[in-house]
Amino acid sequence: MKTMTIAKAINEGLRATLANDAKSFLMGEDIGSLGGVYRVTEGLKAEFGAHRVMDTPLAESGIIGTAIGMALRGHRPICEIQFDGFVFPGFNQITTQLAKIHTRSDGQLSAPVVIRIPYGGGIGSIEHHSESPEALFAHTAGLRIITPSNANDAYWMIQQAVSCKDPVIVFEPKRRYWLKGEVDTENNPGDPFTAHVVREGSDATIVAYGPLVPVALAAANAAADDGHSVEVIDLRSISPIDFDTVEASVNKTGRLIVAHEAPTFGGIGGEIAARISERCFYSLEAPAIRVGGFHMPYPVARVEEHYLPDIDRMLEALDRAFAY
Amino acid sequence: MGAAQQSATGIGSENGTRVGPAGASAGVLQPHTVGERDMVQLLDAAGNRRHEDTFGPYVDELDAETLRGFYRDMAVVRRFDAEATALQRQGELALWVPVVGQEAAQIGSGRAMRPADYAFPTYREHGVALTRGLDLADLLKLFRGISNGGWDPRENNFHLYTLVLAAQTLHAVGYAMGIQRDAAADSASEPAAVVAYFGDGASSEGDVHESMVFAASFNAPVVFFCQNNNWAISVPFEVQSKVPLVNRAGGYGFPGIRVDGNDVLAVYAVTQWALDHARSGKGPVLIEASTYRVGAHTTADDPTKYRASAEEEAWRAKDPLQRLETYLRAEGLADDDFFAQVKNDGDELASHVRRATLALGGANIRQKFATVYAEAHPLVAEELAWFENYEAGFAAADTQTSQGGAA
Repeated sequence: MKTMTIAKAINEGLRATLANDAKSFLMGEDIGSLGGVYRVTEGLKAEFGAHRVMDTPLAESGIIGTAIGMALRGHRPICEIQFDGFVFPGFNQITTQLAKIHTRSDGQLSAPVVIRIPYGGGIGSIEHHSESPEALFAHTAGLRIITPSNANDAYWMIQQAVSCKDPVIVFEPKRRYWLKGEVDTENNPGDPFTAHVVREGSDATIVAYGPLVPVALAAANAAADDGHSVEVIDLRSISPIDFDTVEASVNKTGRLIVAHEAPTFGGIGGEIAARISERCFYSLEAPAIRVGGFHMPYPVARVEEHYLPDIDRMLEALDRAFAY
Repeated sequence: MGAAQQSATGIGSENGTRVGPAGASAGVLQPHTVGERDMVQLLDAAGNRRHEDTFGPYVDELDAETLRGFYRDMAVVRRFDAEATALQRQGELALWVPVVGQEAAQIGSGRAMRPADYAFPTYREHGVALTRGLDLADLLKLFRGISNGGWDPRENNFHLYTLVLAAQTLHAVGYAMGIQRDAAADSASEPAAVVAYFGDGASSEGDVHESMVFAASFNAPVVFFCQNNNWAISVPFEVQSKVPLVNRAGGYGFPGIRVDGNDVLAVYAVTQWALDHARSGKGPVLIEASTYRVGAHTTADDPTKYRASAEEEAWRAKDPLQRLETYLRAEGLADDDFFAQVKNDGDELASHVRRATLALGGANIRQKFATVYAEAHPLVAEELAWFENYEAGFAAADTQTSQGGAA
């Protein structure tokens, strides 16, 4: 066991990948000498060379599009998109090309490209630097989407993403980059496309992922002071979603809260609420309740505290669930 | 020929600039005038062979068999194209994308490639597909709604058709960068290059720009082959660019060549030159092949609504097949028997394509479930199971109905 931040855990995971897979390489803006704007790739260019840690021109479509071409040739590109809001110039390549190449070729080709995207708010940043666009990608068949919430998952999930034969987007919770945790570099935590119960409880279930997992845990602790036993699920994988784990929990607790920073409308929470309503109809004591961002472009930093789900917003949702 | 040649390749002293008007700042780079630039041509519209120092030797070394092969390829693709158009008119294809008029640009460039090279087409490269050895019947699966691909690209190093125009230019550059990586890892690997096909319409897409930036920055072994057929559906070339597209190469820092796209010999020669350039590690080249989409954009299009028939007639006079036939006959390289045989070959290909297309059968939704992901996926599995159960319900109902009818 080693203690490290999430950023360092991803760095170590990338180091292990580069060492183990000669076909793998990193590409993105400012990831070489600078080590990325969040220093996630720090030191890797010096260790593996510019050939394996490639600074690209400032062009996201170019990054994704050329990565597809290199993957078709048998290489394993790991792309960094600098910030969530800057993925959109590459959106066409991701959704019309990368996601479809396997089915378009009737299963003959695959383009196992990994795309790392720091996402989410809470860092007081400027426009386009705090967004949570995961639902836009989850809606696109052919992509897999995972998001670690702790250092151990961060270390392993990036390596598992590179091993996967499908394209994988790894959304990294940027405001938790400096959150420290224990990393077991010997034993991986198993299938990355599964949810984990990170706190057991009996009265309600909060499903969260990425940056909101610590918030959900804090809310569950606060609810315990009021005598409520709240289970917390770290979704880990946004596509596919491990509905079985959520279903088992809700059948036990009878109440479901889903929380994410992204707007609730058309979001992942709605998808989970709908599916769990079907699966757990007779177990539910209350309707599934979503806690998330408002239907507005991500607001200016000075008011983001009102936008982002926090402990009180989750407790308010729990109160409503218990009121039924 | 030197001066004109230098201008055509963009390698010469002029290289994308000209002296500005008197009084203009010395620091101002003046744009090219709109209009014709020097164009590499080895066979003029009347079928006369033209001498040329840089590119001529690539053709001088070709034997009669190869030259006849160019003609044969162009002719059978034209015949194939007519058959596919007929199949669409008869309701057997949802759509067809005619290639008529662009045969020289496609056969010339395709024949210049080696087996180890790789082509990334748009959706109109039927002639290139022929040169890569595809069964052209496979091209029709896409247009019949059987597959979104239709062939294994790795068998002939010919990628699937791409309909989101210009996206493939980035894939081509990435593939070329992959070739570079392989060469770095294994110096004994066979040198290879990639040809990225696109058109004058797609040249306006951002991906073409980004692909040229990446290709230049990483010195990728890629040849950008632009078939400027003058029309992007109904929008004329002048709306895409005020200057010949070849001029753009200078801005990226690699050579550009403008070639008569209806002259199969010139297209073959300049593509050979460009591929040699790319394979030998000198980086990308842009070729602008000046040609014309004689037919409609697709079978759903009506060119009479946006262009004059006089323009079409003027281009028909520059027909790529006619000029090569004239040349072959004048040089005594081909006789009536040859041309009769080519017609026969075309008819046989057309007949094969028709038979194969009508025999294709339907598509299978289960195959679509099976190819969304390469690895097992719980949501796809759940939806497939639901679908099977749903379908089985109809089957059970049908059985009951038929039993009831029999009773």
